[in-house]
Amino acid sequence: MPQVLIDNREVTIPAGRRLNGIEAARLAGIEIPFYCWHPGLSVVGSCRMCLVEVGTRDPASGKITMQPKLSPACNVLVTDNMVLVTQSEKVARARAMVEEDLLLRHPIDCPICDKAGECLLQDYHFAYGQPERRADIQPFTSRRRDLGDVTLFVDRCVMCSRCIRFAAEISGTHELMVTGRAAHEEIDVMAGYPLNNKLSGNVVDLCPVGALCDKDFLYRQRVWFLRRHAGVCTGCSTGCSIWIEENQERIWRVKPRENPFVNTWWICNEGRYDYPHVHNPRRLRRLTGKPDQLSAARDTDAALAQRHPTAMEIEATGRPVADQALKSPPPSPPRPIEEKSLSQLAGALRGAGRLAAVVSPFLTVEESYLLCKLIRGIDPGALLVLGPVPTAGEDERFAKGFTVRAEKCPNRRGVEAVIAHFVHRVDTFDDLLPRLDRGEVQGVWVSGGYKRDWIDEATARRFERLKLLVVHDLFPSPLSERATYVLPGAAYAERDGSYVNRADRLQSVRRAIRPPVGVWPEGRVYWELLGRKGLYNSDAVLAEVAREISYFSAVVGPVPEVGIDLRANLLARAAERSATV
Amino acid sequence: MKPDDQKITWVREPRLGPTGRSFLPLFVQGLMTTLRHLFRRKQTVQSPETRHASPDPLLYRGVHRLNWDDQGRVKCVACFLCATACPSHCIDIIAAESPWPDREKYPESFTIDELRCIFCGMCEEACPVDAIELTSFYDLSGKSREEMIFDKEKLLSVYDQTKNTEPMRTRRIER
Repeated sequence: MPQVLIDNREVTIPAGRRLNGIEAARLAGIEIPFYCWHPGLSVVGSCRMCLVEVGTRDPASGKITMQPKLSPACNVLVTDNMVLVTQSEKVARARAMVEEDLLLRHPIDCPICDKAGECLLQDYHFAYGQPERRADIQPFTSRRRDLGDVTLFVDRCVMCSRCIRFAAEISGTHELMVTGRAAHEEIDVMAGYPLNNKLSGNVVDLCPVGALCDKDFLYRQRVWFLRRHAGVCTGCSTGCSIWIEENQERIWRVKPRENPFVNTWWICNEGRYDYPHVHNPRRLRRLTGKPDQLSAARDTDAALAQRHPTAMEIEATGRPVADQALKSPPPSPPRPIEEKSLSQLAGALRGAGRLAAVVSPFLTVEESYLLCKLIRGIDPGALLVLGPVPTAGEDERFAKGFTVRAEKCPNRRGVEAVIAHFVHRVDTFDDLLPRLDRGEVQGVWVSGGYKRDWIDEATARRFERLKLLVVHDLFPSPLSERATYVLPGAAYAERDGSYVNRADRLQSVRRAIRPPVGVWPEGRVYWELLGRKGLYNSDAVLAEVAREISYFSAVVGPVPEVGIDLRANLLARAAERSATV
Repeated sequence: MKPDDQKITWVREPRLGPTGRSFLPLFVQGLMTTLRHLFRRKQTVQSPETRHASPDPLLYRGVHRLNWDDQGRVKCVACFLCATACPSHCIDIIAAESPWPDREKYPESFTIDELRCIFCGMCEEACPVDAIELTSFYDLSGKSREEMIFDKEKLLSVYDQTKNTEPMRTRRIER
């Protein structure tokens, strides 16, 4: 294994890995600043921020020879007996000079720049820049240019060309280019060919300064107000790792979370701009039932809700409390889910006869398991079917392999595995419909979580003959109009649980925000209906699932951030089986 | 530390003599203060019929105002630095793209909850464009909590009311 000397520290490079100076220094815990380098993009070495002293050590005599000039660490492939010096006077002077040069043409409008707080130019200036500016420059307003999906603040750019390389290498769409030369270099697009592809949002994350800004996030929040929570995108069956960034129970943006096994550094725009449905005012927020079903529960529920009348409306419009209180009349009170109404629901389920449950592919593994357990516990012969799996178009594969899947749900494989544990054959939603027509089923529990319309009027009409129809969904639908009980469901950012993506990788997440007033996450409803003690605990349920269902047996203890490959155990078991045969 | 520790110095109250025990000297001493004030000029002001002399606007921290710039636009650039510095979280801003070519963003809505505010003046210190200032106006009252949430128009009108007595305290570097 190659031995490298970095700042007088011996670093052993793991065998078979090709690391550049920046990565090797990270192994030793040394941070080398850089703008243009990105692990997912090609190396250009253009920003000159990562300049370090490079030399070699003679293995026999131990004599060190340094190169007279500095080299960019991003472009230095670390080999055996290499010597890197990252902290010397010479290096510090070079960094300060680069910082000074970048700031010569920078508007220094940090107070109104959306990147301030997470800007590398800012951070590096404080860490490596000169304390005083020698040039006589005043702050000015940056020019703005519309590039299509994103906005470019021309004068804030440091010409690292990450965005150009992204468009060329990762999305393969080549929209961005450099115009001008030297100090007049600018990022631009060809007239008539704007930046417009499904991965374009990533250039905003790539931009180390505030040059490329997300039109969706522009001016809306300062980044230091945001809290980030690890999440999993539920937009398609890739199940990208994401950061959900939230302030005061409202999601403001979604960013990719590095996960080498799923999405590396990128997410698609569909997943990035998927979050507004969470705050859609059309969302179901109250437990409703046909008039005679809920009479007893209604009075207490209404009285309970009366105490906090405005919270819901704030969620709906996103305006702060002050505005709301001044401008809008108090909204009608929501009716929260309550133990009392839930016990009514449980009673209705018990008296319905033959039951069926539609297990949505938007549910987490834990929730689908609890739902199956609940329905099978009430009626041991109940049907369990997989909910409709939304698909749109074809899988879309980009230049470097990032794929947006056609299957627009996060957890089909997980739900299928759970259903298969209970009924051994996974029926689909379409298999259930003829059985409804024949009257074989009297009560159906439909779990939803669908973000857009998923059922048409004609299909919903086939549910009319049922004695009991429970719909647990995000949005009103033709089906929820016909339901005996409508339960409001939680959105993806409001759930605890695990998803299994199309490559059998299980990822576990915590909720990022609390559900709106009156809404319980699905898992909590099932937990209460099953009569379990204490609060809904997704970890405990996942451990139970891993014990009972062999597909999930690879889950032992807490799930790591990058998830667990469930195939590891499946392969081992298959090998065992073939060995015994 | 134990009670018999050598480092401890025990101090006892001096024992009072017979005069001291009668409390008469102290009583007279206290009464003299009252008598002295009886014949002095009175400090009490019958507020609100008569008003205090205006406090020094450079020192006093009263109700906020939002300043206009020289072109009659709100000076604030919606950078949220006041809201960030505010320890009582009473400032709420909604930013939007500005309608003027030389400015990037401006506050679409700017509210201060004067009841939550602790008048520490940190917003004034944080402001990079001297848009928010604390005036020497001190007796603010309202009939409801909502009324005490000052919006942009109200804060700008405070500027109009106080601009003659308290000029803008610009620290801006020359351009």
